[in-house]
Amino acid sequence: MSAEQTAERSFERYFRANRLPHLWCPGCGNGIAMKAIVQAIEKKGLSQDDTVIVSGIGCSSRASGYMDFDTLHTAHGRAIPFATGIKLANPKLNVVVITGDGDCTAIGGNHFIHGCRRNIDLTVVLFNNNIYGMTGGQASPTTPLGAKATTAPYGSVDRPFDACRLAEASGATYVARSTAFHVRHLSDMIAGGFDNKGFSFIEAMVQCPTAYGRKNKMASPAAMMEWMRDHAVMKAAFDKLPDTEKSAGRFPIGLLYQSEDVDYDTAYEVVKERAGGAGK
Amino acid sequence: MTKARLMQGNEACAEGALAAGVNFFAGYPITPSTEIAETMARLLPKRGGTFVQMEDEIASMGAILGASLAGAKVMDATSGPGFSLKQELIGYAACAEIPCVVALVQRVGPSTGQPTAPSQGDVMQTRWGTHGDHSILVLSPWSVRETFDASVLAVNYAERFRMPVILLLDEIVGHLRERVVLPEHVETYPRRKPKKTRAEGYQPFAPDDDLVPNVADFGTGYHIHVTGLIHDETGFPSGSPAVTAEAIRRMQEKIARAGEGIVHTEASFMEDAKWAVVAFGGTARTAYEAVRTMRARGGKVGLLRLMTIWPFADAVIARLAKQVRGILVAELSYGQIVHEVRRAAAGACPVALCAKYNMKAFEPAEIVAGIEKLMGGDVK
Repeated sequence: MSAEQTAERSFERYFRANRLPHLWCPGCGNGIAMKAIVQAIEKKGLSQDDTVIVSGIGCSSRASGYMDFDTLHTAHGRAIPFATGIKLANPKLNVVVITGDGDCTAIGGNHFIHGCRRNIDLTVVLFNNNIYGMTGGQASPTTPLGAKATTAPYGSVDRPFDACRLAEASGATYVARSTAFHVRHLSDMIAGGFDNKGFSFIEAMVQCPTAYGRKNKMASPAAMMEWMRDHAVMKAAFDKLPDTEKSAGRFPIGLLYQSEDVDYDTAYEVVKERAGGAGK
Repeated sequence: MTKARLMQGNEACAEGALAAGVNFFAGYPITPSTEIAETMARLLPKRGGTFVQMEDEIASMGAILGASLAGAKVMDATSGPGFSLKQELIGYAACAEIPCVVALVQRVGPSTGQPTAPSQGDVMQTRWGTHGDHSILVLSPWSVRETFDASVLAVNYAERFRMPVILLLDEIVGHLRERVVLPEHVETYPRRKPKKTRAEGYQPFAPDDDLVPNVADFGTGYHIHVTGLIHDETGFPSGSPAVTAEAIRRMQEKIARAGEGIVHTEASFMEDAKWAVVAFGGTARTAYEAVRTMRARGGKVGLLRLMTIWPFADAVIARLAKQVRGILVAELSYGQIVHEVRRAAAGACPVALCAKYNMKAFEPAEIVAGIEKLMGGDVK
């Protein structure tokens, strides 16, 4: 094996080889997003011993079991509160949350907005496949209007969340989006989240050919990724689009929002100083 | 000894937790438990610890579990409605064996009920509130001073057995103010540490001799996996019937094996007693007065006070039922612990219930009346 090949597969040391292969369906985008996370970890040189991966429940959240770190597979919707406790108890740890659209924006929606509000120093990666995959294809809060799901057999009438806008409005200090098609870009967006001291939110659009695609005339994973290629527009270009084109299924990717607000750990250190307990 | 202080039960709960080494508290306001969170918010940052007010009861439970896995000693406090919300994650703590203490200051339920009148109606919820087979440890003190001790004990048991421990107060004890002298030093149970390195084949959920695993804290280089799925000794989920049966058996057995040493009860006037009152928490205070009244009248009545509620004092009650002619259970509910007393008494003597559920604490005369009814004409 050449040195170049070795370097190319250097991400493998971040996985638990004895736990692979993963349980995701053929063509699923979750593996791409998971690999993008470890490549971002490698790029930023985060220590495996000092990085904790926390996940909720659902297809996305099985990722934690495959990754060679301290890993925590929590209860449905609750990854962010667990991660908050870890970070506050040991601020030197890098805490990464892997969640799904149901996990983060439905059952965990309250924790999501309050994690953003608190600006706790977490990097939250949402694997958004627009469906409940683990339970077989029910509508989620990000299922597009009109799309079909087992619990929306006539097309969804629930208006979907834009998770990135929700994060920004709630106080997250780093908000980015990318897709399983734009895999290097996705990894860069996650790496940017590691640089931000505060609540970083990265939405990774991933394809679910089994539970979403088949119901919505996109059964081939390649067709779903081509859809991402054709509809994702870099933010700067997206902002210049006329409104008619913005609404034609296109969505912005890239760094969508960033601010410099103080993170929770730093703020709480001030509380300790005021109380006379700093350094204890 | 420290100097005497006038202290509330809820404050004693917080002070006991701090003395036992709690350095992380997450909470959500709910009466009649709020003073615990308020005391923690004031004292924890003074001592270098962390208090966080979370967005709801579920989040505060999640936060303490995460903090515990990262090495902190942790507590959360709530009342009935909040305790209902925490149930899923209490089960998570039981399954994933995460040390934590939840203080529950009871008020009248169900639902929003009667905030914040006294009740003892959450006894069965502490035992069976979360789904599935699991063991639980529940302590219920009767005074401000004992709340301090029980809080220390709860933290120590949580660490020793790596499980959720419920500190079950009622509004009477939580809001009671008494003069207390706290000890300068208390015995604390240190966080369990791995006995093997990764190279030596460390398995985070392999039980030690006491059936409790020595799970590594996050950030110590062990790369462990923690899940609420049934898992084997590696910590990873298993679909095996044998692994499932063993995991569930061990959750029960680690408490059963500890035996009567963790079942704390207190007997008063019991040496020559022919009749007994069984009570716990704030109600035991009234029962004590009722028993003294009966003694003054020459009635051979004693009090057995339960401090450990779960695991239930089966052996103590079985012995009691053979000693006395009848047992009166006094509790501020429609009747919960009475069923356990009847089960443990196994027909050796009659077990009667003195129940109250109208927002008011017992009057001694009500328990006296209950005893007299049980005794029939037998005044001795």
